[in-house]
Amino acid sequence: MAEEKVLSLLIVDDEDGMRLGVKRSLRHFSMETEDTGETVKFSVTEAGSGEEAIALMKESSPDIVLLDNKMDGMSGIDVLRWINENELDLMAIMITAYASIETAITATKQGAYDFLPKPFTPAELKVSVRQAAAHLVTLRQARELEREKRRVRFQFISVLAHELKAPLGAIEGYLYLLRDGIGMDDPAVHDRVVKRSLVRLSGMRKLIYDLLDLTRLESGQKKRELNDLDVLECIRNSLETMKPEADRRGILITLESSTDEIVMVADSGELEIIFNNLISNAVKYNRDNGSVTIKVVDEPDQIRIAVTDTGIGMSEKEVEKLFGEFVRIKNSKTRNILGSGLGLSIMRKIASLYNGGVTVESTPDVGSTFTVTLQKTQ
Amino acid sequence: MIEVKKVLVVDDDPDFLSQTEMMFSSRGYEVVTAPGRGEAEAIFDSYTPDIAVIDLMMENDDDGFVLAYRLKKRFPACIVIMVTNVTGETGIEFPGEDDSSGWINADAILSKPVRFEQIEEELKKIESR
Repeated sequence: MAEEKVLSLLIVDDEDGMRLGVKRSLRHFSMETEDTGETVKFSVTEAGSGEEAIALMKESSPDIVLLDNKMDGMSGIDVLRWINENELDLMAIMITAYASIETAITATKQGAYDFLPKPFTPAELKVSVRQAAAHLVTLRQARELEREKRRVRFQFISVLAHELKAPLGAIEGYLYLLRDGIGMDDPAVHDRVVKRSLVRLSGMRKLIYDLLDLTRLESGQKKRELNDLDVLECIRNSLETMKPEADRRGILITLESSTDEIVMVADSGELEIIFNNLISNAVKYNRDNGSVTIKVVDEPDQIRIAVTDTGIGMSEKEVEKLFGEFVRIKNSKTRNILGSGLGLSIMRKIASLYNGGVTVESTPDVGSTFTVTLQKTQ
Repeated sequence: MIEVKKVLVVDDDPDFLSQTEMMFSSRGYEVVTAPGRGEAEAIFDSYTPDIAVIDLMMENDDDGFVLAYRLKKRFPACIVIMVTNVTGETGIEFPGEDDSSGWINADAILSKPVRFEQIEEELKKIESR
């Protein structure tokens, strides 16, 4: 259900009739915001002079001010200046009978949003108020969005910094052991220390590469090279890359497809990232001597690639958590598996470039199926 | 006879586990390691630690808290040092080393990455209290 919002409007005019007229015109007036479909209503308060208006605004800032210029004491422009100096977040509409060019320029400089020359009809008033309200709502939404973006970015960077600190700490620890010769009488210990350092270094390298992929995708800086590509061919290339690791652990990978060739327009680098991630995860989280089945289905509009493993699987709760950035499922089964926690985010970003997506089905200790869909025409 | 102090190290990070084990061993301590809370609790009956170095977030986010509580209950004299990378895992700033609220059953809290010398220093401070 769409929400209802009430904006406060202050009418500042020394003519009683004018204030009454505005109040009456807006009493039952409501409008809908364009994008969110929120209903906006107005609550009107009045002030008979500039001084009174400022006293009211000191109490609480209205969202819209209708401001007469010619008043005894403080003029409308004076009030506008005060609003500016106090940085109130509102839309000011000047209403004035004698709108000289000069007044108009001064008022605009002081940030007036609109002019409504007197006399005006209720319809004209509503048009002006509607515009000001719509503008205000959009402006506030944009500001909120910007704040949220900044917060997300900050969190991302702070998590990233710690993700990089972890392997650095591990490698540093091993280097201290080597430097001080601790435990190094045993050559097996020495070998393990060096091996683990290299493993952690390669994990760090993977994180940096993943991060570069992700930023390139997000910034849209990377030029896409779209060509006719055989999806099966791309998958076979990724398979070759993963084969040594799969063989080492006795994992059998099979590729099933209804046809010999499935052609779509795509960027080969993007497809490579998707398939490498899909297949390497299926191997990484598999059990020794398990299997990986890649099923490719050529549908009329899209290509569906489902990769099923016979690995550790995930609980429903873990699957829910899986789609966040840097999320890695922690349990006794994943303890010794390294990963950047960015692979799935990257896959999803790329799939979305092809109007597709990534879905997961999983059963603990049985295995997982990751399915990627890619639309043939984007 | 010189008394050999017993250390229990609990962490799901295999590198931290083996490094800390090697460092303590080189200093003449007896060390037992466990990769998780369950494994640590399983040896409570056969091993009485004087010092425990435990990670906070393991399989469950609060494993370290639970383990610290159970350690202190079972072995009141055991010094518990908690090491954590909670900021890295959650983006939340942790109350940190000077937490005085007392709701964490640890004698010291150190943020990762932590150097062995820091652990030694904390131990010295706690033992001289």
